[in-house]
Amino acid sequence: MDLNYSPEESAFRDEVRAWIRANLPDEARDKVLNYRELSKDDLLGWHRTLAKKGWVAPHWPVEWGGTDWTVVQRYIFEEECGGAGAPPIVSFGVRMCAPVLLRFGTPEQKQRFLPPMYRGDDFWCQGYSEPGAGSDLASLKTRAIRQGDHFVVTGQKTWTTLGHYADWIFCLVRSDPGREKRQEGISFLLIDMRSPGITVRPIGLLDGGHEVNEVFFDDVKVPVENLVHEEHKGWTVAKYLLGYERMGTGNIAVSKRELARVKALAGPLLDDPRFRDRLTRVEVELMALEITNLRFLDQLRGGRPPGAEVSLLKIKGTEIQQALAELMMQTAGPRAQAFRPVDPAATFDRFTASLGARYCNMRKATIYAGSNEIQRNIIAKATLGL
Amino acid sequence: MNFEYTEEQRLLAETLRRFLATGYGFDARAKIIASPQGYSEDVWAALAEMGVLGVPFAAEHGGFGGTTVDMMVVMEALGEALVVEPYLATVGLGGQAVARGGTAAQQARILPALVQGKAKLAFAQSERGGRWDPRHVAVRARASGDGFVLDGEKCAVLHGGCADWLVVSARTAGADADAGGISLFLVERGAPGVAVAEYRTLDSLRAADVRLAGVAVPREALLGAQGQGIELAEEVLDYATALVCAEAVGAIKYAHDATLDYLKTRRQFGVPIGSFQALQHRMVDVLIAYEQARSIACLACVKVDTAEPAERRRVVSAAKLRIADAARHVSQEAVQLHGAMGMTEELKISHTFRRLTMLAQAFGDADHHLARFAASG
Repeated sequence: MDLNYSPEESAFRDEVRAWIRANLPDEARDKVLNYRELSKDDLLGWHRTLAKKGWVAPHWPVEWGGTDWTVVQRYIFEEECGGAGAPPIVSFGVRMCAPVLLRFGTPEQKQRFLPPMYRGDDFWCQGYSEPGAGSDLASLKTRAIRQGDHFVVTGQKTWTTLGHYADWIFCLVRSDPGREKRQEGISFLLIDMRSPGITVRPIGLLDGGHEVNEVFFDDVKVPVENLVHEEHKGWTVAKYLLGYERMGTGNIAVSKRELARVKALAGPLLDDPRFRDRLTRVEVELMALEITNLRFLDQLRGGRPPGAEVSLLKIKGTEIQQALAELMMQTAGPRAQAFRPVDPAATFDRFTASLGARYCNMRKATIYAGSNEIQRNIIAKATLGL
Repeated sequence: MNFEYTEEQRLLAETLRRFLATGYGFDARAKIIASPQGYSEDVWAALAEMGVLGVPFAAEHGGFGGTTVDMMVVMEALGEALVVEPYLATVGLGGQAVARGGTAAQQARILPALVQGKAKLAFAQSERGGRWDPRHVAVRARASGDGFVLDGEKCAVLHGGCADWLVVSARTAGADADAGGISLFLVERGAPGVAVAEYRTLDSLRAADVRLAGVAVPREALLGAQGQGIELAEEVLDYATALVCAEAVGAIKYAHDATLDYLKTRRQFGVPIGSFQALQHRMVDVLIAYEQARSIACLACVKVDTAEPAERRRVVSAAKLRIADAARHVSQEAVQLHGAMGMTEELKISHTFRRLTMLAQAFGDADHHLARFAASG
């Protein structure tokens, strides 16, 4: 057992850190560090910068632009990006749709979609949840009726994160409503968001921000070549993707950054044993989670991929994120009540005013990407055999 | 970076586990606990025979010069089997004080005998009113002739009753709570003036209160530099705390496995109770606590060997805090999920509960290490 990074890994970290420092635009970093909304250009700008360097999709096969890094290198890269305040690489394309295309796509589909996805020409979003299908995804109702060389899609998706930026959406749709088993008769479609019949409507959230949307499909024509994997076999694709979604949702690098931020903001509050004790427990939980994550990565590297217990990264990671957001709000004391300026003459610190909103916003973390209760169901069934 | 155990570590674990599986079952352990001594000389001899007593000590003393990760393997196995023999007291505490602070002569006198199973040690450092603070030392050692005379009382000395040697912290200078002025001494348990009152602990180990009344020791009994014993004491205690973390991981593993097994076999309302979601989620949280405990124990065992003292203190306290919380959580859940069966002394789970309750407090409870971690910056 050796928990130290090798000299090569440390050198790699130095290289990544220096490159990020030289290439991360101040404006985007400031927005990230101050919890301000990132525009499509902020997100795609950083994506394109990484793409030009060849670092935007490390986990892809080398022939498609992957880096052939070890799992430890990938972790170091993520840690450095998170620590520096880089905008996130939006996962819907390179981390979610791409693994599906690589696993299930035809050569033509790969050739058509992967390069522009890599370059950041297209912004992708995910069309899974529906008003009646959240945790119970298999109850989705959006219909896709085959008519010759295309499907006609009608229905509604919801909670579509960054759908208002998206050029493409990957969707689970019901292509055969007649099947007895709900998991059958579902297909996986790639849909151009500029197609006639698509309407995107924003959903205002708990924190007053705009991140998610409703997406309505009204007789949207989708060419059959946009079907991934076999018709009616989309559930296989969905399950494959859900496994992918869980790994790496610990957000450990960002939480380490946030922890340091809380300490910096807390000042004399750190001498208050009540506050300090809560912060300490979070800090120690994060130390443990980091090692747990590294242990899982080490297993992966050793050819013994961990099972459903990786879901614990999501569970603990999101609990930590929430706890840190709450502690950070608390550092502002009464000033955390500020939300939106009214009188332009008022002293109004935008950062302080963002802390309450961020606390609200982070409530999403234990709900999205499979709620933490669903994650526990998964561990109970798949790892514990209950 | 890797988390693998080496081939040697795996072999050691396998050998020890095989021995414990056959020779240290529930009934065998119950007999040992009920014996007058409260531990088994046969088991002790077997541990010596297997080389387990020599793991961390230098080859010149008959040991293997093992790392704390080597010890982690041992402690996990001992923790899983709820071993009551004075392993931690001898190898992890008293023996460490000698190995780290002793002169060549002191080491030659004690360590080979320890490794061969012929000498047991204990660390007499805690005192009434001092809680977990090793700086709280009211026992006095005053210079007398060519040696020292020790007076005072130590409490809750783990396995002090069976130890051949006591490592005693005593004050050669300063006030009761000063960090400076503390010295460590090697005292024979049978020396005139040493009175040992032994008791059984909640988790069926043995501990003792030790009264020192005019105990004369020669100058060669001084372990490490006079008046500077606190560094050595803290180093040894941090080492032992890391070991206790690993031991707790073993006991938590047992509690996890036994509880999961119970959820799968116990039937109520015509189904296994593990089919109820209310219990499933609690069981998942036990698994998560176990995984997190294992992670932080790895960190502590690696860092205790390699880190500077400030970092060592910080990591050990982080680990002990997390382990204490996990030990409480898992032991309480294990009993609750076993229902009334969790309350019976006839099942190993209740003994595991008691062990984990004590391990949560060993060398400082969660509150103590929380404060110590926070103070480390």
